[in-house]
This record gives sequence, structure tokens and C-alpha cells, in this order.
Amino acid sequence: METFKGTKIVNGIAIGKIKIYKAPVYEISEALISDIAGEIERFEAARLKVQEDQNALYDKEMKAGHKDTAGIFEAHAMMLDDEDTLIEPCKDIIGEGHTAEYAVREAFDEAAKQFSEMEDEYFRARSADVIDLKNSMLDVLFGADTSSLQGTEPAILVAEDLAPSETVKLDKSLLLGLVTRLGSSNSHTAILARSMNWPTLIQCHDIADDWDGKFAILDGYNSCIYIEPDQNIIDELSAKQAEDKRKEEELQKLKGQPSVTKDGRKVKLYANIGGPKDVKAVIENDAEGVGLFRSEFVYLNSKTDPTEEEQFKAYKQVLEGLAPRMVIIRTCDIGADKTIDYMNLEKEENPALGFRAVRICLTRPDFFKRQLRALLRASAFGNLGIMFPMIISKWEVVKCKEILNECKKELEAEGVTIGKYEIGIMIETPAAALCADELAEEVDFFSLGTNDLTQYTCAIDRQSASLEPFANTHHPAVLRLIRETIEAGHRHNTWVGICGELGADPTLTEDFLKWGVDELSVNPKSILPLRGNVRNVDLSKYETESPEAEEKPDSVQAPKRKGFFGRLFS
Amino acid sequence: MKEFTYVITDPVGIHARPAGLLVKEAKNFKSTATFIKGEKSAKATALMKLMGMGIKQGDEVLVRVEGEDEEACAAALEKFMKENF
Repeated sequence: METFKGTKIVNGIAIGKIKIYKAPVYEISEALISDIAGEIERFEAARLKVQEDQNALYDKEMKAGHKDTAGIFEAHAMMLDDEDTLIEPCKDIIGEGHTAEYAVREAFDEAAKQFSEMEDEYFRARSADVIDLKNSMLDVLFGADTSSLQGTEPAILVAEDLAPSETVKLDKSLLLGLVTRLGSSNSHTAILARSMNWPTLIQCHDIADDWDGKFAILDGYNSCIYIEPDQNIIDELSAKQAEDKRKEEELQKLKGQPSVTKDGRKVKLYANIGGPKDVKAVIENDAEGVGLFRSEFVYLNSKTDPTEEEQFKAYKQVLEGLAPRMVIIRTCDIGADKTIDYMNLEKEENPALGFRAVRICLTRPDFFKRQLRALLRASAFGNLGIMFPMIISKWEVVKCKEILNECKKELEAEGVTIGKYEIGIMIETPAAALCADELAEEVDFFSLGTNDLTQYTCAIDRQSASLEPFANTHHPAVLRLIRETIEAGHRHNTWVGICGELGADPTLTEDFLKWGVDELSVNPKSILPLRGNVRNVDLSKYETESPEAEEKPDSVQAPKRKGFFGRLFS
Repeated sequence: MKEFTYVITDPVGIHARPAGLLVKEAKNFKSTATFIKGEKSAKATALMKLMGMGIKQGDEVLVRVEGEDEEACAAALEKFMKENF
């Protein structure tokens, strides 16, 4: 047995024979030709054929729901229309008496070189697109059939590198896993491998031609491949693979299923996200909406104060990408542990109890208005909820709404279309939870931020490990505040969700549902497991019970569970 | 001749797919539109050159349009830039 290391892209295990995938290497003749018009015709025919193929790959990927990879092929097809850099230079070279193959190699390599010398990583990576197009052009000009490169048996494919159009053309039913010597974790192949969930190893420098046909196991968990593995490795990893498969099947079955208890109580399962890049994960994990879009990324990713336009684009992208699902965007929550240089915030003795979130926004209304205007403009493109964080008093909510309305009037006067939206607040301070009745009169929804609510209720700094013996994620005071907030919300027709870590805690799902929670917002990966929990709950057994009997008076005992840190930050 | 300047707000800058759409838009007009950033320039119909300028978020570009339908072309491109970049 031999073991080789690489960089994993996807967890998971592939077991089977190795097939070395080698793209053809063409001998390009330097001999001159005489029929220039005929050669230009050959070039044009090949160009149109490759363009047609790229458009077909675009359609195929769109139909499969892979918008990201589809975009690659759409751009490829457009590049092939480029007169200045590709078409004219090729025709000029042919005009000098060279073959179409020679012209394609020269012109495309030159274009790829231009990109590879650029400063920006995104543009540098485009040289791979041009090389991909060059190879496709040469395949057509040489009349090569590339469909047999993969072999006819299911195999772990081993290659130097794979171009996007090669990766997409692979027969998925014959692909067990993928190993390449080159590649980066941002390459198209890596993106595709992730979206298809193929066990994949890149930068495996030791790949060798004599692996071809050998039995191997690709172990994504340990970022390695075993060539001719020992029996104990085979047994262990076969069992692990079977277990993965069973778990995955269970979860996949839950896609498209309603999030409803056995006795018919529905709950909305939304996702927590950090930016437009997470839209895909929301869709893939079948979340019904977004319960918490942390808008901090627009502030944290920028060196200067982000403009209204920059924010608008980010919000619009998410709203449009997820419509008609609801997307709740939390307004700026910087301060405390999230500081930003350009904000020039003073250093505080006690930042968790300091100048943060809505407190900054209400003190700096111009800063706040830029975000609110961006949100209102984006509201026309989807189903928006606007949520204000760190509320303790009713006047803050009234003031936030006043500023929002001011922005709305301004935009309407400018002739900007504004869609419908809901307004909500985070309940993450004991003050807000205890005043939930008054606050509910002002808003459409509440969202319980259980991480801060726990830290503020128990006076336990969530960063401090020495407090662990005192911490209890299920502290009855916190659970009571959650329950009372839900009840207060419902008294005023305000729906109530939970967007903190407790929302995903399987040991609390039943309690939350029993108390009437309307929505749980969790990280995208937790959506399907949580749906599984919800569908196993049966609330009918509580119908005869009196509400008092449910309280568990364990407040005098030391916490039984492993502390709050492990659970909150695992 | 018509000119306008635009500051790119898109996080990736002038990248492949929307740049391709920009080329399509520019081809609808008879006028020649040129993108200029510092010493670099490219015709709006030349996709690879346009991408090769490496225009990033925060960059200011000057767009110069010349030809019989320059008014309409400049207006259309300016609108396109605002919506896509």
C-alpha cells in the first residue's frame, strides 16, 4: 500500500480503479499552405462549432440548475466572438500561409499569456478559459474524439488538470472521484466538484502514469489517496462510505418536504447567511428563506465606508437570487467584537455593553440612511424583511422607523420604485424580551438572537473559557425569556423566529414548537437535519397538559450539559 | 464626440459575462465607443481587450463615443454600466 497526500475539495470517500485521464497532445505542423481562403473557412467552421458546443454546455448546466458553471460557458461563447484578440489575429496568421491549427495555437496562447500576466487573481485565472477554448478548437480541427478519454468503467479519474469544459463533459455515472496534480481551490473544477459533491483531491503532486488500472481509495476526510490499500483500510473506509451514503440519502429525502410536525404544525426553516456568496447554499439545502442576512460583510470587506450603490447591488443580488423566498436583512451590527477602522470608534472598556449596532446608527443618521436607502431600493427585487439589532427601548424602534420612512419619501420623490417589506427587530437583550409586548406593537416580526440573549441574561462573557463551569446554554432564565417573547409577539400578531445558535439545537426543537415559534433560522447545512427533527415531533401529546406542568425547576442545579461555549461556538 | 466617466462598484470589476453583454450592447450602435483607464484603452466591442484592462472596483473609467448615433450610444452604455458594474 502507498499513501499520497493532496488538498481536499470535498469530504467523502471514493473506492475503485484508477483511470489516468490524458488530453491529446497535438503535433502542429509548421509547414506553409497555399489555399488560404480554404484554411480560413476551416478556422471559421471550427470556431462556430466550438461556440455551438459552448452554448450547448451552457444550456446543459442551466437545465441542471448550475448557474455558476453555466456562466463560464456563456462567457466562453462570447470570447469566441472577439474580433480584435482572437479572430483577426488568427486570420492574419493564416494569411501568412500558416495552418489554422498553427494560427489558433499562436493567437490563443498569446491571449492567454496576456491574462496570465495580469495583477488581479480573477483576471489571471481567465487564461485557463482561453487555453480551454484553444484545446477545444484543436480537438475540432484535428477531428479528435475526446469522448473515450474517460474509459468505460466507473473509476477514480486522475489527471494533470481539468479544464471546465472537460469537467462538464465527464460522464458523471462513471466518475467515482477526482485527483489532479494541479488546480486551485477556486478553479472551476473545484467549484463544480463542490456543487456535485465529488470526492476530490487537488495538488496531489505524486500522481504517476503507472497508477492506471490500480485499485485505490480516495479519502477526502484525510486529504489522501491509498494505492492498493491494505484490507483493514478497505474495511474501515468502506464502512465509512456506506454510513455517509445512508446519512446523505436520509437528508436528500427531506428536500422539498414540508417542515411540519406529525400533528400538522408548520414552522418556517430559514437560513443564516453572510453575503451573496451564500445564496447557493440556501437553495441547495432547500431553506425556505433567509432569517438573518448579516449585512456586516459590506462594511467589513470594504476599506472605506461602503456607498449606497455598493450596498444596493449586494442586497439586490441576494433578494433577486432567492425570490420569492423571504430575505431578512439585519441592519449594520458593528461595534462590540466587530470593529472597523474607518468608523473611528473609540476604544471602550466594555464593548459588549457599548456603542454598537443601532446605537451607532441612530447617532450617525447619514451613515444609517445610506443603508436604509439601499435596502428600500432593493425591496423592489424580492421579498424583504428589514431587521434592527440591539434594541432595548420602544423609542429606538420608533426612531428607526421614522428614519426609514424619511428615506422612503426621498426615494419616492426621486421616482424610485419600492417594493413591499416587513419590519422586525432582534430580541437579544433581556430588556427587549421583558418589554416584548410594547415592542410588538411596532413591528411585524421578532427574531430571538439567543447568543447575545444568553450572554446578557447570565452575565457570562461568551469568549471567556474560565466561565465555562458556570455556563448553561439551556439556562431556564433564557428559555423562559424565549417562551415569553413568543407569547408576547403572538398577543400582538407579531410572528416570532429564532436566529441564534439555539435554533439549531435538536434537544430544543420540540420545546420551541410547543411554545409556538413561527420560524427557526440556522446555518444552511443545518436546514435538512432540523427538518428531520421537526418531522419527528408530535405535539398532540401536550394537548391535555397544563402549561405550568412543563417548567423544569432546574435553576438551582449546576449545569449538567457540557458548557455553553462548546455548543455556541462549535 | 460624447464622453462620460463611471466609477466601478461591482466587487469583481469588469468581468467576463457582463463584459460580454456590454459588447453586445455596444454592437447595437454604429458609433465607436472606447473605454479608457489611465494609459490603457479598449474598444467597447473588444471583449478580451476590455477584460485585459483589469478594471476593478473603485476604478474610474472614461468612456468616449464617436459616430453618427453617439448621443444614443453614450446614453445606452451609461445606463448599462450603472445597472451592471
